[in-house]
Amino acid sequence: MATASAAGGGKVFPSAVAALADIARDGMTVMSGGFGLCGVPEHLIAALRDLGVKAMTVISNNAGIDELGLGLLLRTRQIRKMISSYVGENKEFERQYLQGELEIEFNPQGTLAERIRAGGAGIYGFYTRTGAGTQVAQGKETRVVDGETYVLETGLTADLAIIKAWKGDFEGNLMYRKTARNFNPVMATAGRITVAEVEQLVEVGTLDPDHIHTPGIFVQRIVQGLNYRKPIERRTVRKRGSHAVVA
Amino acid sequence: MPWSREQLAERAARELRDGFYVNLGIGIPTLVANYIPAGMKVVLQSENGMLGMGPFPYEGDEDADLINAGKQTITELPISSYFSSADSFGMIRGGHINLSVLGGMEVSERGDLANWMVPGKMVKGMGGAMDLVAGVRRVVVLMEHVVARDGSPKFRPKCELPLTGAGVVDMLITDLAVFSRPHRHAEFDLIELAPGVTEADVHARTTARYRSALRAPP
Repeated sequence: MATASAAGGGKVFPSAVAALADIARDGMTVMSGGFGLCGVPEHLIAALRDLGVKAMTVISNNAGIDELGLGLLLRTRQIRKMISSYVGENKEFERQYLQGELEIEFNPQGTLAERIRAGGAGIYGFYTRTGAGTQVAQGKETRVVDGETYVLETGLTADLAIIKAWKGDFEGNLMYRKTARNFNPVMATAGRITVAEVEQLVEVGTLDPDHIHTPGIFVQRIVQGLNYRKPIERRTVRKRGSHAVVA
Repeated sequence: MPWSREQLAERAARELRDGFYVNLGIGIPTLVANYIPAGMKVVLQSENGMLGMGPFPYEGDEDADLINAGKQTITELPISSYFSSADSFGMIRGGHINLSVLGGMEVSERGDLANWMVPGKMVKGMGGAMDLVAGVRRVVVLMEHVVARDGSPKFRPKCELPLTGAGVVDMLITDLAVFSRPHRHAEFDLIELAPGVTEADVHARTTARYRSALRAPP
């Protein structure tokens, strides 16, 4: 498809829709980076919505809020199943779940991160104390070592990983900014195809190789996002002169 | 007089030690940051990928790329560093964090903690709580002593709610009292009472077994 090919056969695509058009298919498993609304691939999520992909399994720490992040794909009922650690702030999610339209698999946040890391690193599984003696361990192999119980958790991969970075170059080398890094670098390693959107797309040689967080080998396609909304979920501030640092 | 939210946070802050790396949960535990003693170096970890969490920003300085695990806007400090979720939970699971302060719904006399779901209600998920209690060296739980609705005890022989972790609690601070144990196979000792609260008050509102070991408040 002409619209889906990168200029010069490289990794750079002209838009989020163009970067996903030939790989999006119904029933696919998608990893989506971000924590809350921070570091979320907002343009690639909107592109999946516009492409009308149905019945997706989405692996993401959170599920967005009603009008933002993965909330966009929940509103249009394009998600069949979520694998997440916390889905607190989403009424549409709650409604679909209670109606039985949406399946959810909760993973402890660190277990989720490590399952993705393992998947990307070719590791079948790992034993962890997290979740031992809880519902999370039900149906899973456990092992007692030196009196501690460990639960076997398996690696996760996805058909597609969509991630957000701050800066990227034409080779797919990425740098993240502050806590917008979160799940993005591990998910980059675990997608059979990883598509990154960046705020600044720069020429090769611009980024210091010592400061690359995600090496380009993990990124198959890259697109520059324009007009980022970057919403803030909980705006908290302190008063000048107050000794309280939080409230 | 039972301890207020702020007093619970202030009491929990007395468990901080110089040089500690600490993870504070959402809600009252977050307030512990207001009571770090002057001159004590405590580094706060936020499990979404930051060490050296700074205070809330002044109005106008908010940055959408800089939030804590409660999704609140925060700031960085000269000592701060950022890392991925996998590295963050490596720190947590690997025992590199000294202390975690978390909220609770129920605690059992064996130190089981339930704080993530109520059957029949919409489940929001456990977030990082299960990893924190499984990996952090010392776990302090803050909660109300009884259920506000019906007065039923929350420190009990067994948790009725689904567990977050089994045998993971080292110290329990409620609005009435402080319970502690020297290691995770020991029974809990009642070590402190809130001002004006008697041992009989605590006994009447607790079904968990514990030993009385009251000591004078510091």
